Amino acid sequence: MFDDLRDLYQEVIFDHNRNPRNFRVMENADRKVEGFNPLCGDRLTLYLKMDGDMIADASFQGSGCAISTASVSLMTEIVKGKTEQEAEDLFKKFHEMTTGKDEQINLEAIGKLAVLAGVREYPARVKCATLAWHTLDAALKNEQKSISTE
Amino acid sequence: MTTGLDINKIRADFPILAEKIRNKPLVYLDNAATCQKPQAVIDSIVHLYSHDYANVHRGVHTLSIRSTDKFEGARTKVKDFINAGHEKEIIFVRGATEAINLVAQSYGKANIKAGDEILITAMEHHSNIVPWQLLCQQTGAILKVAPINLQGELIYDEFEKLISDKTRLVSVVHMSNALGTINPVKKIIAAAHAKGIPVLLDGAQAIPHMAVDVQDLDCDFYAFSGHKLYAPSGIGVLYGKQALLEAMPPYQGGGDMIRKVTFKETEYNTLPYKFEAGTPSIADAVGLGAAIDYLSVIGMDKIAAYEAELLTYATEKAKQITGLRIIGEAEHKGAILSFVLDKIHPHDIGTMLDSLGIAVRAGHHCAMPVMDFFEVPATARASFAMYNTKEEIDVLMKGIESLIEVFG
Repeated sequence: MFDDLRDLYQEVIFDHNRNPRNFRVMENADRKVEGFNPLCGDRLTLYLKMDGDMIADASFQGSGCAISTASVSLMTEIVKGKTEQEAEDLFKKFHEMTTGKDEQINLEAIGKLAVLAGVREYPARVKCATLAWHTLDAALKNEQKSISTE
Repeated sequence: MTTGLDINKIRADFPILAEKIRNKPLVYLDNAATCQKPQAVIDSIVHLYSHDYANVHRGVHTLSIRSTDKFEGARTKVKDFINAGHEKEIIFVRGATEAINLVAQSYGKANIKAGDEILITAMEHHSNIVPWQLLCQQTGAILKVAPINLQGELIYDEFEKLISDKTRLVSVVHMSNALGTINPVKKIIAAAHAKGIPVLLDGAQAIPHMAVDVQDLDCDFYAFSGHKLYAPSGIGVLYGKQALLEAMPPYQGGGDMIRKVTFKETEYNTLPYKFEAGTPSIADAVGLGAAIDYLSVIGMDKIAAYEAELLTYATEKAKQITGLRIIGEAEHKGAILSFVLDKIHPHDIGTMLDSLGIAVRAGHHCAMPVMDFFEVPATARASFAMYNTKEEIDVLMKGIESLIEVFG
């Protein structure tokens, strides 16, 4: 029935929405930033544990649509063990992929984040996918203020 | 249907309803945001620009006279439609939002001081909250909010208790855009008037769904938008009782609202022009007149009866869906079905239904305090108009059931 939406709502997205990974409060977090899109109602709190300039652990809490939940869930998986610079590079690539600036998706670089490429065709939903990453960017820059992509 | 509306004929009057969305027939259920336009309204605008258009109220030439006649004719149609006493009481504005801001900045600034109170309800649209917050910031007045219950109804006793010696204005939504609740406005107005307090009704949602008689209601101000009444956007109406409007200072300065200008002083124009600075939205006003003509032939009472049937049908169907929770179950309610689904965010609902050609609204509906009260981040909202059908509601419900299945 929803054949047209297969590019947007891939099975991986449903899976992460049903069972979000790293969905927990981190008591000893070094960084904690809130991402909130008031128009949608997507809200997340991102926690990072740093080891020097490496992300030792990442987790989140919150509620949102399937796209935003899957995006933050996938992100917490992929950035663990990455340096700040590597994470920022991924953010840049993710941003290019979701906003359609990078027509050829570099699967090698972006890995399983490619499941979110479908939002390019849904301009109203890009902000859902990018909220997690803008929040991460703020956390890496050690900013405290709440982040929004609306 | 038993209400005697020829729905097929009405649907044929709205060209956009024949559109295919994502290769599927459009099911337009976002009427509370804005509703679609009948051919008669579209034609009225095309005709004006093709044959009669010039600026109003100033030229002696033929086109200016024709344009003025049509523009003022639309004002008379509005007056008759809401049964106002005189055309002077019909101020053309951009929409309900501007109408409320006009009252706040003109009536409010002239009559409301520090320590005075303005009373609203917890189910207001942001446009009936923020203009008063701005006025409170400017004057030191205090905004009081009457609570609602879990059905989404105003708790009338609490409302009445909040009417105090300091209350200077009551501003209440006639029908809630987020919940569908229709407020007991006659009772509210009588209670406020008993203490000499004027009442503004935000009629943006109510106006397309029921016959509105401002003299029978005895409201002091009534605000509504054309675009929710099958008319163009960019035009709306502030009704105000003549004596109140006469005593109010102008809202904006400019052309049309003046009688005589020197650099020393300006003499203001009479009503309604005192509040209509600048060239108005002429064609949109004419379109509003055409929409009113169109609706008057059908009859607002028939429309209300038909939409009540649609709402009852939709509510019954929705209640059969496991995991669906209706937000707003007031006993007295207009044709709005706001709902949430277990573990499925309203934006996912909106995108998935769109892929089936179904337009619903997902979000906070410019009523964030209502969302907070019901502890939901947002809702999905199906809002019905006279051109919707039970078959479309079936398509909606089937879509909801399918997306629940897909999300597992």
